[in-house]
Amino acid sequence: MEKLYDRLMKDYRLREGLNACINCGTCTAICPAAEFYRYDPRRIVDIVQSKDEAEIEKLLKSDVIWYCGECMSCVTRCPRKNAPGLVIMALRSLSIDTGFFMESEKGRQMYVLCKDLCGNVLNYGYCIYPREFHYKGHEEAGTVWEWQEKHLEDVYERLGANFDGEGPGALRKIPDSDLAELKRIFDITGGTERMEKVKEAAMKKAEELGLSEEEYFNKVYTECKGAHFNH
Amino acid sequence: MIYEGKQKIWSDYQKEIPDDHYFYVRSCIRQSFFPASEAAFLHITRNILNKDIFETEHHTTCGGIAYHSDAIPQETAMTIIARQFALMKKYGYENYVCSCITSFGLYCETMETWREFPDLKEKIAENLWKSCKLEFAVPKFLVHASDMIYKYRNQIAAHAKFKLVDHKTGKPLKVVEHIGCHYSKMFPSKGVGGAEYPYVLAGMIEAWGGEVVDYPERRHCCGFGFRQYFVKSNRGYSLSNTYKKFESMEPYEPDLIITNCPGCPYFMDRWQYVIAESEGKTYGKNGHGIPVMTYEEVAGLVLGFDPWDLGLQTHQIGPEPLLDKMGIPYNPEEKYKGKNGKDLGQPRQLDCIR
Ligand code: SF4
Ligand code: SF4
Repeated sequence: MEKLYDRLMKDYRLREGLNACINCGTCTAICPAAEFYRYDPRRIVDIVQSKDEAEIEKLLKSDVIWYCGECMSCVTRCPRKNAPGLVIMALRSLSIDTGFFMESEKGRQMYVLCKDLCGNVLNYGYCIYPREFHYKGHEEAGTVWEWQEKHLEDVYERLGANFDGEGPGALRKIPDSDLAELKRIFDITGGTERMEKVKEAAMKKAEELGLSEEEYFNKVYTECKGAHFNH
Repeated sequence: MIYEGKQKIWSDYQKEIPDDHYFYVRSCIRQSFFPASEAAFLHITRNILNKDIFETEHHTTCGGIAYHSDAIPQETAMTIIARQFALMKKYGYENYVCSCITSFGLYCETMETWREFPDLKEKIAENLWKSCKLEFAVPKFLVHASDMIYKYRNQIAAHAKFKLVDHKTGKPLKVVEHIGCHYSKMFPSKGVGGAEYPYVLAGMIEAWGGEVVDYPERRHCCGFGFRQYFVKSNRGYSLSNTYKKFESMEPYEPDLIITNCPGCPYFMDRWQYVIAESEGKTYGKNGHGIPVMTYEEVAGLVLGFDPWDLGLQTHQIGPEPLLDKMGIPYNPEEKYKGKNGKDLGQPRQLDCIR
Protein backbone atom coordinates (compact mmCIF):
# COMPACT_ATOMS: atom_id res chain seq x y z
CA MET A 1 0.00 0.00 0.00
CA GLU A 2 1.15 3.50 -0.76
CA LYS A 3 2.79 5.20 2.19
CA LEU A 4 0.77 7.89 3.97
CA TYR A 5 3.62 10.34 3.58
CA ASP A 6 3.73 9.75 -0.17
CA ARG A 7 -0.01 10.26 -0.40
CA LEU A 8 0.34 13.51 1.54
CA MET A 9 3.05 14.70 -0.83
CA LYS A 10 0.61 14.40 -3.72
CA ASP A 11 -1.45 17.15 -2.12
CA TYR A 12 -0.49 20.52 -3.61
CA ARG A 13 -1.06 22.17 -0.26
CA LEU A 14 1.63 20.06 1.31
CA ARG A 15 4.01 20.72 -1.53
CA GLU A 16 3.40 24.43 -1.11
CA GLY A 17 3.18 24.44 2.65
CA LEU A 18 6.12 22.34 3.80
CA ASN A 19 9.73 23.36 3.39
CA ALA A 20 12.26 22.42 6.04
CA CYS A 21 10.73 23.20 9.44
CA ILE A 22 13.26 24.34 12.02
CA ASN A 23 10.95 23.64 14.95
CA CYS A 24 11.10 27.20 16.17
CA GLY A 25 7.50 27.21 17.40
CA THR A 26 6.63 30.63 15.98
CA CYS A 27 3.50 29.16 14.41
CA THR A 28 2.35 27.83 17.78
CA ALA A 29 3.03 31.16 19.45
CA ILE A 30 0.79 33.06 17.01
CA CYS A 31 -1.89 30.35 16.65
CA PRO A 32 -5.36 31.13 18.06
CA ALA A 33 -6.17 27.41 18.17
CA ALA A 34 -3.06 26.62 20.22
CA GLU A 35 -4.30 28.96 22.92
CA PHE A 36 -7.71 27.36 23.13
CA TYR A 37 -7.12 23.69 22.37
CA ARG A 38 -4.35 21.26 23.30
CA TYR A 39 -2.83 21.95 19.97
CA ASP A 40 0.68 22.60 18.68
CA PRO A 41 1.08 23.17 14.93
CA ARG A 42 4.88 23.02 15.30
CA ARG A 43 4.59 19.41 16.44
CA ILE A 44 2.29 18.52 13.56
CA VAL A 45 4.62 19.96 10.95
CA ASP A 46 7.51 18.17 12.62
CA ILE A 47 5.72 14.81 12.57
CA VAL A 48 4.92 15.17 8.88
CA GLN A 49 8.47 16.08 7.94
CA SER A 50 9.80 13.17 10.05
CA LYS A 51 7.97 10.83 7.59
CA ASP A 52 7.21 8.56 10.55
CA GLU A 53 4.30 6.50 9.19
CA ALA A 54 3.03 5.33 12.58
CA GLU A 55 3.01 8.88 13.95
CA ILE A 56 1.30 10.22 10.82
CA GLU A 57 -1.37 7.54 11.13
CA LYS A 58 -1.91 8.50 14.77
CA LEU A 59 -2.38 12.10 13.69
CA LEU A 60 -4.93 11.16 11.04
CA LYS A 61 -6.95 9.30 13.66
CA SER A 62 -6.73 11.99 16.31
CA ASP A 63 -8.78 15.04 17.29
CA VAL A 64 -5.66 17.18 17.01
CA ILE A 65 -5.75 17.83 13.27
CA TRP A 66 -9.29 19.20 13.54
CA TYR A 67 -8.47 21.97 16.03
CA CYS A 68 -7.06 24.44 13.49
CA GLY A 69 -9.31 27.34 12.46
CA GLU A 70 -7.62 27.76 9.05
CA CYS A 71 -6.99 31.44 9.79
CA MET A 72 -3.50 31.22 8.22
CA SER A 73 -1.99 33.53 10.83
CA CYS A 74 0.90 31.06 11.04
CA VAL A 75 1.75 31.52 7.36
CA THR A 76 2.71 35.17 7.75
CA ARG A 77 5.13 34.50 10.55
CA CYS A 78 6.92 31.24 9.73
CA PRO A 79 10.59 32.10 9.11
CA ARG A 80 10.90 29.16 6.69
CA LYS A 81 7.84 30.03 4.63
CA ASN A 82 5.97 26.96 5.75
CA ALA A 83 2.21 27.02 5.91
CA PRO A 84 1.15 24.85 8.85
CA GLY A 85 -2.49 25.70 8.06
CA LEU A 86 -2.10 24.17 4.58
CA VAL A 87 -0.31 21.11 6.02
CA ILE A 88 -3.33 20.62 8.29
CA MET A 89 -5.71 20.86 5.32
CA ALA A 90 -3.78 18.14 3.52
CA LEU A 91 -3.84 15.94 6.63
CA ARG A 92 -7.59 16.42 6.98
CA SER A 93 -8.19 15.46 3.35
CA LEU A 94 -6.14 12.31 3.79
CA SER A 95 -7.93 11.52 7.04
CA ILE A 96 -11.22 11.64 5.14
CA ASP A 97 -9.88 9.64 2.18
CA THR A 98 -8.54 6.88 4.46
CA GLY A 99 -11.66 6.83 6.64
CA PHE A 100 -9.53 7.60 9.72
CA PHE A 101 -11.63 10.70 10.39
CA MET A 102 -14.28 8.46 11.93
CA GLU A 103 -11.93 7.58 14.79
CA SER A 104 -12.03 10.98 16.47
CA GLU A 105 -14.89 13.04 17.88
CA LYS A 106 -13.84 16.15 15.95
CA GLY A 107 -13.24 14.17 12.77
CA ARG A 108 -16.77 12.76 12.89
CA GLN A 109 -18.04 16.35 12.68
CA MET A 110 -17.34 16.09 8.94
CA TYR A 111 -20.81 14.61 8.61
CA VAL A 112 -22.50 17.80 9.83
CA LEU A 113 -20.25 20.03 7.73
CA CYS A 114 -20.66 18.08 4.50
CA LYS A 115 -24.39 17.77 4.95
CA ASP A 116 -24.98 21.45 5.70
CA LEU A 117 -22.42 23.21 3.55
CA CYS A 118 -22.39 20.96 0.48
CA GLY A 119 -26.19 20.83 0.75
CA ASN A 120 -26.33 24.63 0.57
CA VAL A 121 -23.89 24.79 -2.34
CA LEU A 122 -25.72 22.19 -4.42
CA ASN A 123 -29.28 23.18 -3.53
CA TYR A 124 -28.95 26.96 -3.62
CA GLY A 125 -25.52 27.91 -5.00
CA TYR A 126 -24.51 29.52 -1.70
CA CYS A 127 -22.33 28.15 1.13
CA ILE A 128 -24.51 29.94 3.66
CA TYR A 129 -28.17 30.41 2.92
CA PRO A 130 -30.55 32.23 5.29
CA ARG A 131 -33.44 29.76 4.99
CA GLU A 132 -31.06 27.13 6.34
CA PHE A 133 -29.62 29.26 9.14
CA HIS A 134 -31.99 28.86 12.06
CA TYR A 135 -32.15 30.81 15.28
CA LYS A 136 -32.98 27.51 17.01
CA GLY A 137 -29.49 26.17 16.25
CA HIS A 138 -27.87 29.61 16.50
CA GLU A 139 -29.16 31.45 19.54
CA GLU A 140 -25.94 33.46 19.58
CA ALA A 141 -27.21 35.10 16.37
CA GLY A 142 -29.24 37.18 18.78
CA THR A 143 -32.78 38.45 19.14
CA VAL A 144 -32.25 40.48 16.01
CA TRP A 145 -31.84 37.29 13.95
CA GLU A 146 -34.76 35.71 15.77
CA TRP A 147 -36.82 38.66 14.52
CA GLN A 148 -35.27 38.67 11.05
CA GLU A 149 -35.92 34.96 10.57
CA LYS A 150 -39.62 35.58 11.15
CA HIS A 151 -39.66 38.34 8.52
CA LEU A 152 -37.01 37.15 6.08
CA GLU A 153 -38.71 38.31 2.87
CA ASP A 154 -39.71 41.68 4.29
CA VAL A 155 -36.33 42.45 5.84
CA TYR A 156 -34.43 41.50 2.68
CA GLU A 157 -36.83 43.53 0.58
CA ARG A 158 -36.28 46.52 2.88
CA LEU A 159 -32.51 46.11 2.50
CA GLY A 160 -32.53 46.02 -1.28
CA ALA A 161 -31.84 42.31 -1.75
CA ASN A 162 -33.39 40.28 -4.55
CA PHE A 163 -34.36 37.32 -2.34
CA ASP A 164 -35.29 34.31 -4.51
CA GLY A 165 -35.74 36.71 -7.43
CA GLU A 166 -34.75 36.53 -11.08
CA GLY A 167 -31.68 38.35 -12.41
CA PRO A 168 -28.71 39.62 -10.41
CA GLY A 169 -28.71 40.89 -6.84
CA ALA A 170 -28.14 39.68 -3.30
CA LEU A 171 -29.71 36.29 -2.49
CA ARG A 172 -31.16 35.97 -6.00
CA LYS A 173 -32.36 32.55 -7.04
CA ILE A 174 -29.39 31.04 -8.80
CA PRO A 175 -30.69 29.54 -12.07
CA ASP A 176 -31.09 25.74 -12.21
CA SER A 177 -28.72 25.52 -15.17
CA ASP A 178 -25.96 27.01 -12.99
CA LEU A 179 -26.76 24.64 -10.13
CA ALA A 180 -26.51 21.77 -12.60
CA GLU A 181 -23.01 22.97 -13.51
CA LEU A 182 -22.02 23.00 -9.83
CA LYS A 183 -23.30 19.44 -9.53
CA ARG A 184 -21.25 18.35 -12.53
CA ILE A 185 -18.19 20.03 -11.01
CA PHE A 186 -18.77 18.09 -7.78
CA ASP A 187 -19.15 14.86 -9.75
CA ILE A 188 -15.90 15.10 -11.69
CA THR A 189 -13.65 16.65 -9.05
CA GLY A 190 -14.25 14.39 -6.06
CA GLY A 191 -16.78 16.62 -4.27
CA THR A 192 -19.62 14.15 -4.64
CA GLU A 193 -17.35 11.26 -3.74
CA ARG A 194 -16.31 12.99 -0.50
CA MET A 195 -19.93 13.71 0.44
CA GLU A 196 -20.93 10.10 -0.19
CA LYS A 197 -17.95 8.69 1.65
CA VAL A 198 -18.58 10.83 4.73
CA LYS A 199 -22.28 10.04 4.70
CA GLU A 200 -21.78 6.32 4.29
CA ALA A 201 -19.33 6.16 7.20
CA ALA A 202 -21.64 8.26 9.36
CA MET A 203 -24.70 6.13 8.63
CA LYS A 204 -22.76 2.98 9.43
CA LYS A 205 -21.78 4.49 12.77
CA ALA A 206 -25.34 5.63 13.43
CA GLU A 207 -26.55 2.12 12.82
CA GLU A 208 -23.96 0.70 15.21
CA LEU A 209 -25.16 3.13 17.87
CA GLY A 210 -28.82 2.44 17.09
CA LEU A 211 -29.49 6.09 16.22
CA SER A 212 -31.63 7.60 13.51
CA GLU A 213 -29.97 9.95 11.03
CA GLU A 214 -31.30 12.98 12.88
CA GLU A 215 -30.24 11.68 16.27
CA TYR A 216 -26.76 10.97 14.96
CA PHE A 217 -26.55 14.46 13.44
CA ASN A 218 -27.49 16.05 16.77
CA LYS A 219 -25.02 13.90 18.64
CA VAL A 220 -22.15 14.89 16.37
CA TYR A 221 -23.25 18.53 16.35
CA THR A 222 -23.24 18.88 20.13
CA GLU A 223 -20.95 16.22 21.57
CA CYS A 224 -17.87 17.47 23.40
CA LYS A 225 -16.41 14.68 25.49
CA GLY A 226 -12.73 14.63 24.61
CA ALA A 227 -9.97 16.35 26.61
CA HIS A 228 -9.74 19.09 24.01
CA PHE A 229 -9.10 22.22 25.98
CA ASN A 230 -6.08 23.96 27.40
CA HIS A 231 -7.82 25.23 30.50
CA MET B 1 7.38 59.66 16.54
CA ILE B 2 7.03 55.91 16.57
CA TYR B 3 3.47 56.20 15.29
CA GLU B 4 4.64 58.37 12.40
CA GLY B 5 7.29 55.77 11.57
CA LYS B 6 4.63 53.07 11.46
CA GLN B 7 2.42 55.20 9.26
CA LYS B 8 5.27 55.46 6.81
CA ILE B 9 5.65 51.68 6.66
CA TRP B 10 1.92 51.38 6.07
CA SER B 11 1.77 53.87 3.25
CA ASP B 12 4.91 52.57 1.54
CA TYR B 13 3.44 49.20 0.80
CA GLN B 14 0.83 49.44 -1.92
CA LYS B 15 -0.89 47.27 -4.51
CA GLU B 16 -2.22 48.17 -7.92
CA ILE B 17 -5.99 48.70 -8.03
CA PRO B 18 -7.43 49.51 -11.47
CA ASP B 19 -9.68 52.52 -11.57
CA ASP B 20 -12.67 51.10 -13.44
CA HIS B 21 -14.40 48.19 -15.25
CA TYR B 22 -14.88 45.35 -12.82
CA PHE B 23 -16.67 42.01 -12.73
CA TYR B 24 -18.37 41.88 -9.30
CA VAL B 25 -18.85 38.72 -7.27
CA ARG B 26 -20.86 38.56 -4.06
CA SER B 27 -20.26 36.92 -0.68
CA CYS B 28 -22.56 34.23 0.77
CA ILE B 29 -22.26 35.46 4.37
CA ARG B 30 -22.60 39.12 3.44
CA GLN B 31 -25.68 38.52 1.29
CA SER B 32 -27.28 36.77 4.27
CA PHE B 33 -26.22 39.16 7.03
CA PHE B 34 -25.17 42.42 5.32
CA PRO B 35 -26.99 42.61 1.97
CA ALA B 36 -27.33 46.38 2.29
CA SER B 37 -23.54 46.68 2.46
CA GLU B 38 -23.21 45.12 -0.97
CA ALA B 39 -26.00 47.39 -2.20
CA ALA B 40 -24.13 50.39 -0.77
CA PHE B 41 -20.91 49.30 -2.49
CA LEU B 42 -22.68 49.14 -5.85
CA HIS B 43 -24.49 52.43 -5.26
CA ILE B 44 -21.29 54.26 -4.29
CA THR B 45 -19.16 52.87 -7.11
CA ARG B 46 -21.79 52.93 -9.86
CA ASN B 47 -23.94 55.93 -9.07
CA ILE B 48 -21.73 58.28 -7.09
CA LEU B 49 -18.35 57.54 -8.67
CA ASN B 50 -19.71 56.47 -12.08
CA LYS B 51 -17.73 53.24 -12.34
CA ASP B 52 -18.60 50.27 -14.50
CA ILE B 53 -19.23 47.35 -12.11
CA PHE B 54 -20.88 44.37 -13.78
CA GLU B 55 -22.76 41.57 -12.04
CA THR B 56 -24.33 38.44 -13.50
CA GLU B 57 -26.92 36.25 -11.80
CA HIS B 58 -24.98 33.20 -13.02
CA HIS B 59 -22.14 33.51 -10.52
CA THR B 60 -22.34 31.36 -7.41
CA THR B 61 -20.51 30.75 -4.16
CA CYS B 62 -16.76 30.27 -4.68
CA GLY B 63 -17.07 27.28 -2.34
CA GLY B 64 -14.58 28.86 0.07
CA ILE B 65 -16.51 28.32 3.28
CA ALA B 66 -17.10 24.65 2.44
CA TYR B 67 -13.45 24.30 1.40
CA HIS B 68 -12.12 25.79 4.62
CA SER B 69 -14.49 23.56 6.56
CA ASP B 70 -12.86 20.65 4.68
CA ALA B 71 -16.21 19.66 3.19
CA ILE B 72 -15.00 19.89 -0.43
CA PRO B 73 -11.66 18.88 -1.95
CA GLN B 74 -9.24 21.46 -3.32
CA GLU B 75 -9.94 20.40 -6.89
CA THR B 76 -13.66 21.04 -6.45
CA ALA B 77 -13.05 24.52 -5.04
CA MET B 78 -10.57 25.32 -7.81
CA THR B 79 -13.00 24.29 -10.54
CA ILE B 80 -15.81 26.38 -9.04
CA ILE B 81 -13.37 29.29 -8.97
CA ALA B 82 -12.35 28.63 -12.57
CA ARG B 83 -16.04 28.86 -13.45
CA GLN B 84 -16.34 32.26 -11.77
CA PHE B 85 -13.25 33.52 -13.64
CA ALA B 86 -14.59 32.11 -16.90
CA LEU B 87 -17.82 34.08 -16.46
CA MET B 88 -15.72 37.22 -16.05
CA LYS B 89 -14.10 36.55 -19.40
CA LYS B 90 -17.37 35.58 -21.04
CA TYR B 91 -18.83 38.97 -20.15
CA GLY B 92 -15.75 40.81 -21.42
CA TYR B 93 -13.98 41.79 -18.20
CA GLU B 94 -10.45 41.26 -16.89
CA ASN B 95 -10.63 43.01 -13.52
CA TYR B 96 -12.30 40.94 -10.82
CA VAL B 97 -13.62 42.37 -7.56
CA CYS B 98 -15.03 40.16 -4.83
CA SER B 99 -17.08 41.07 -1.80
CA CYS B 100 -15.77 38.22 0.35
CA ILE B 101 -12.40 37.93 2.08
CA THR B 102 -12.52 34.14 2.20
CA SER B 103 -13.00 34.21 -1.56
CA PHE B 104 -10.24 36.75 -1.99
CA GLY B 105 -7.73 34.66 -0.03
CA LEU B 106 -8.73 31.51 -1.87
CA TYR B 107 -8.48 33.19 -5.26
CA CYS B 108 -4.97 34.36 -4.34
CA GLU B 109 -4.01 30.86 -3.20
CA THR B 110 -5.53 29.25 -6.26
CA MET B 111 -3.86 31.58 -8.75
CA GLU B 112 -0.54 31.11 -6.99
CA THR B 113 -0.89 27.31 -7.05
CA TRP B 114 -1.76 27.41 -10.76
CA ARG B 115 1.33 29.50 -11.40
CA GLU B 116 3.50 27.04 -9.53
CA PHE B 117 1.92 23.86 -10.95
CA PRO B 118 0.94 24.36 -14.61
CA ASP B 119 -0.20 20.72 -14.88
CA LEU B 120 -2.81 21.33 -12.24
CA LYS B 121 -3.93 24.48 -14.01
CA GLU B 122 -4.42 22.46 -17.18
CA LYS B 123 -6.39 19.83 -15.33
CA ILE B 124 -8.71 22.46 -13.87
CA ALA B 125 -9.21 23.98 -17.32
CA GLU B 126 -10.22 20.51 -18.56
CA ASN B 127 -12.57 20.03 -15.62
CA LEU B 128 -14.13 23.37 -16.41
CA TRP B 129 -14.69 22.51 -20.04
CA LYS B 130 -16.10 19.08 -19.21
CA SER B 131 -18.52 20.36 -16.60
CA CYS B 132 -19.52 23.77 -17.93
CA LYS B 133 -18.22 24.16 -21.50
CA LEU B 134 -16.57 27.40 -20.45
CA GLU B 135 -13.23 28.77 -21.48
CA PHE B 136 -10.54 29.02 -18.80
CA ALA B 137 -9.25 32.46 -17.80
CA VAL B 138 -7.54 34.20 -14.92
CA PRO B 139 -8.16 37.80 -13.94
CA LYS B 140 -5.58 40.37 -14.89
CA PHE B 141 -6.29 42.18 -11.62
CA LEU B 142 -7.88 40.65 -8.56
CA VAL B 143 -9.05 43.01 -5.84
CA HIS B 144 -11.26 42.93 -2.79
CA ALA B 145 -14.16 45.38 -2.63
CA SER B 146 -12.50 47.11 0.34
CA ASP B 147 -9.46 47.81 -1.87
CA MET B 148 -11.72 49.86 -4.12
CA ILE B 149 -13.35 51.82 -1.31
CA TYR B 150 -9.80 52.42 -0.04
CA LYS B 151 -8.78 53.68 -3.46
CA TYR B 152 -11.78 56.03 -3.60
CA ARG B 153 -11.55 57.06 0.08
CA ASN B 154 -10.58 60.66 -0.68
CA GLN B 155 -13.34 61.03 -3.27
CA ILE B 156 -15.78 59.73 -0.68
CA ALA B 157 -14.34 62.20 1.83
CA ALA B 158 -14.93 64.98 -0.71
CA HIS B 159 -18.65 64.04 -0.81
CA ALA B 160 -18.86 63.56 2.98
CA LYS B 161 -21.89 64.82 4.89
CA PHE B 162 -20.62 63.47 8.21
CA LYS B 163 -17.18 62.65 9.54
CA LEU B 164 -15.74 60.21 12.01
CA VAL B 165 -15.56 63.09 14.44
CA ASP B 166 -17.50 63.86 17.60
CA HIS B 167 -19.64 66.69 16.28
CA LYS B 168 -19.94 68.26 19.72
CA THR B 169 -16.28 68.32 20.74
CA GLY B 170 -14.66 68.25 17.29
CA LYS B 171 -12.42 65.38 18.41
CA PRO B 172 -11.71 62.46 16.07
CA LEU B 173 -13.55 59.25 16.97
CA LYS B 174 -11.41 56.32 18.08
CA VAL B 175 -11.80 53.54 15.57
CA VAL B 176 -10.60 49.93 15.75
CA GLU B 177 -9.94 48.36 12.36
CA HIS B 178 -10.20 44.61 12.00
CA ILE B 179 -8.93 43.01 8.81
CA GLY B 180 -10.09 39.54 7.77
CA CYS B 181 -7.22 37.05 8.19
CA HIS B 182 -7.43 35.80 4.61
CA TYR B 183 -7.04 39.32 3.23
CA SER B 184 -3.25 39.29 3.46
CA LYS B 185 -1.91 36.83 6.02
CA MET B 186 -1.13 34.25 3.34
CA PHE B 187 -0.09 36.57 0.54
CA PRO B 188 0.98 39.88 2.09
CA SER B 189 1.78 41.44 -1.28
CA LYS B 190 -1.85 41.03 -2.39
CA GLY B 191 -3.24 43.36 0.28
CA VAL B 192 -2.91 47.12 0.67
CA GLY B 193 -0.17 47.52 3.27
CA GLY B 194 0.69 43.80 3.54
CA ALA B 195 0.01 41.58 6.55
CA GLU B 196 1.80 43.36 9.38
CA TYR B 197 0.68 46.92 8.58
CA PRO B 198 -2.44 46.58 6.45
CA TYR B 199 -3.56 50.05 5.56
CA VAL B 200 -6.77 49.29 3.69
CA LEU B 201 -9.12 50.21 6.55
CA ALA B 202 -6.76 52.54 8.42
CA GLY B 203 -6.59 54.63 5.25
CA MET B 204 -10.39 54.98 5.20
CA ILE B 205 -10.53 55.91 8.89
CA GLU B 206 -7.92 58.62 8.46
CA ALA B 207 -9.47 59.99 5.28
CA TRP B 208 -12.85 60.27 6.98
CA GLY B 209 -11.57 62.08 10.06
CA GLY B 210 -11.18 59.27 12.63
CA GLU B 211 -8.23 58.15 14.69
CA VAL B 212 -6.97 54.58 14.37
CA VAL B 213 -6.66 52.62 17.61
CA ASP B 214 -3.50 50.54 17.88
CA TYR B 215 -4.04 47.81 20.49
CA PRO B 216 -2.12 44.63 21.33
CA GLU B 217 -4.44 42.06 19.71
CA ARG B 218 -5.13 44.16 16.64
CA ARG B 219 -4.13 41.41 14.21
CA HIS B 220 -5.65 38.50 16.15
CA CYS B 221 -8.31 36.45 14.35
CA CYS B 222 -11.97 37.14 15.22
CA GLY B 223 -12.25 33.41 15.82
CA PHE B 224 -14.55 32.31 12.99
CA GLY B 225 -12.49 29.20 12.36
CA PHE B 226 -15.09 27.79 9.89
CA ARG B 227 -15.83 24.39 11.50
CA GLN B 228 -15.05 26.02 14.87
CA TYR B 229 -18.24 28.03 14.46
CA PHE B 230 -20.50 25.87 12.31
CA VAL B 231 -20.43 22.92 14.70
CA LYS B 232 -22.14 23.87 17.93
CA SER B 233 -19.75 22.05 20.24
CA ASN B 234 -16.77 23.98 18.83
CA ARG B 235 -18.25 27.44 19.19
CA GLY B 236 -16.31 28.28 22.36
CA TYR B 237 -13.26 28.67 20.11
CA SER B 238 -14.92 31.44 18.19
CA LEU B 239 -16.26 33.21 21.28
CA SER B 240 -12.97 33.07 23.18
CA ASN B 241 -11.03 34.67 20.34
CA THR B 242 -13.45 37.58 20.07
CA TYR B 243 -13.36 37.90 23.86
CA LYS B 244 -9.58 38.16 23.76
CA LYS B 245 -9.76 40.99 21.24
CA PHE B 246 -12.35 42.95 23.21
CA GLU B 247 -10.42 42.62 26.46
CA SER B 248 -7.36 43.92 24.64
CA MET B 249 -9.11 46.91 23.00
CA GLU B 250 -11.22 47.88 26.04
CA PRO B 251 -8.72 50.29 27.67
CA TYR B 252 -8.61 52.35 24.46
CA GLU B 253 -12.38 53.01 24.61
CA PRO B 254 -13.12 52.65 20.89
CA ASP B 255 -16.20 54.39 19.49
CA LEU B 256 -16.47 52.04 16.52
CA ILE B 257 -15.04 48.88 14.98
CA ILE B 258 -14.73 48.70 11.21
CA THR B 259 -14.14 45.42 9.38
CA ASN B 260 -13.62 44.18 5.82
CA CYS B 261 -14.47 40.49 6.21
CA PRO B 262 -17.90 38.86 5.97
CA GLY B 263 -17.72 36.90 9.22
CA CYS B 264 -15.82 39.28 11.50
CA PRO B 265 -18.54 41.95 11.86
CA TYR B 266 -21.11 39.24 12.58
CA PHE B 267 -18.94 37.56 15.23
CA MET B 268 -17.70 40.73 16.87
CA ASP B 269 -21.28 42.00 17.03
CA ARG B 270 -22.98 38.83 18.22
CA TRP B 271 -20.32 37.61 20.64
CA GLN B 272 -20.56 40.96 22.48
CA TYR B 273 -24.16 40.00 23.15
CA VAL B 274 -23.17 36.53 24.36
CA ILE B 275 -20.44 37.99 26.61
CA ALA B 276 -22.95 40.49 28.03
CA GLU B 277 -25.49 37.78 28.70
CA SER B 278 -23.07 35.28 30.22
CA GLU B 279 -20.59 37.57 31.97
CA GLY B 280 -22.66 40.72 32.43
CA LYS B 281 -19.94 42.70 30.70
CA THR B 282 -20.36 45.38 28.03
CA TYR B 283 -17.55 47.21 26.26
CA GLY B 284 -19.27 50.47 25.38
CA LYS B 285 -20.61 53.06 27.83
CA ASN B 286 -23.90 52.85 29.80
CA GLY B 287 -24.74 49.27 28.91
CA HIS B 288 -24.04 49.70 25.21
CA GLY B 289 -21.74 47.54 23.14
CA ILE B 290 -19.23 48.89 20.65
CA PRO B 291 -20.89 49.16 17.22
CA VAL B 292 -19.21 46.92 14.63
CA MET B 293 -19.65 47.87 10.99
CA THR B 294 -18.61 46.96 7.51
CA TYR B 295 -16.54 49.49 5.56
CA GLU B 296 -19.51 50.11 3.25
CA GLU B 297 -21.77 50.89 6.20
CA VAL B 298 -19.24 53.41 7.46
CA ALA B 299 -18.75 54.88 3.96
CA GLY B 300 -22.55 55.09 3.65
CA LEU B 301 -22.88 56.95 6.96
CA VAL B 302 -20.12 59.34 5.93
CA LEU B 303 -21.97 59.98 2.66
CA GLY B 304 -25.23 60.64 4.51
CA PHE B 305 -27.18 57.44 3.70
CA ASP B 306 -30.05 56.60 6.04
CA PRO B 307 -28.78 54.19 8.75
CA TRP B 308 -31.78 51.90 8.24
CA ASP B 309 -31.20 51.78 4.47
CA LEU B 310 -27.72 50.52 5.39
CA GLY B 311 -29.19 47.72 7.51
CA LEU B 312 -27.81 48.87 10.87
CA GLN B 313 -31.03 47.65 12.48
CA THR B 314 -29.95 44.07 11.75
CA HIS B 315 -26.92 44.37 14.05
CA GLN B 316 -27.42 43.17 17.61
CA ILE B 317 -25.37 46.08 18.97
CA GLY B 318 -27.28 49.30 18.40
CA PRO B 319 -25.53 51.95 16.28
CA GLU B 320 -27.24 54.86 18.07
CA PRO B 321 -24.30 56.00 20.27
CA LEU B 322 -22.15 56.31 17.15
CA LEU B 323 -24.87 58.09 15.15
CA ASP B 324 -25.32 60.54 18.03
CA LYS B 325 -21.60 61.25 18.22
CA MET B 326 -21.35 61.84 14.48
CA GLY B 327 -24.47 64.02 14.56
CA ILE B 328 -26.35 61.78 12.12
CA PRO B 329 -30.15 62.19 12.33
CA TYR B 330 -32.30 59.04 12.42
CA ASN B 331 -35.87 58.11 13.13
CA PRO B 332 -36.16 55.44 15.87
CA GLU B 333 -39.76 54.78 14.78
CA GLU B 334 -38.56 53.65 11.37
CA LYS B 335 -35.82 51.33 12.64
CA TYR B 336 -37.54 47.99 12.23
CA LYS B 337 -40.04 48.91 9.55
CA GLY B 338 -40.27 47.03 6.26
CA LYS B 339 -40.57 48.60 2.83
CA ASN B 340 -43.03 51.51 2.66
CA GLY B 341 -43.28 51.57 6.45
CA LYS B 342 -44.71 48.03 6.78
CA ASP B 343 -44.96 47.03 10.44
CA LEU B 344 -42.72 44.05 11.20
CA GLY B 345 -42.83 44.30 14.99
CA GLN B 346 -39.40 44.39 16.54
CA PRO B 347 -36.78 42.11 18.10
CA ARG B 348 -37.15 41.11 21.73
CA GLN B 349 -35.48 43.81 23.81
CA LEU B 350 -32.48 42.74 25.84
CA ASP B 351 -31.58 43.85 29.35
CA CYS B 352 -27.95 42.79 29.14
CA ILE B 353 -26.78 44.98 26.26
CA ARG B 354 -28.01 47.68 23.92
S1 SF4 C 1 7.01 28.63 12.41
FE1 SF4 C 1 7.62 27.43 10.59
S2 SF4 C 1 9.72 26.71 11.01
FE2 SF4 C 1 8.85 27.41 12.97
S3 SF4 C 1 7.95 25.52 13.88
FE3 SF4 C 1 6.30 26.51 12.72
S4 SF4 C 1 6.38 25.57 10.69
FE4 SF4 C 1 8.32 25.09 11.68
S1 SF4 D 1 -4.11 28.28 10.31
FE1 SF4 D 1 -4.45 26.81 11.97
S2 SF4 D 1 -2.38 26.33 12.68
FE2 SF4 D 1 -2.21 28.26 11.52
S3 SF4 D 1 -2.44 29.91 13.06
FE3 SF4 D 1 -4.50 29.51 12.21
S4 SF4 D 1 -5.44 28.02 13.62
FE4 SF4 D 1 -3.19 27.98 14.00
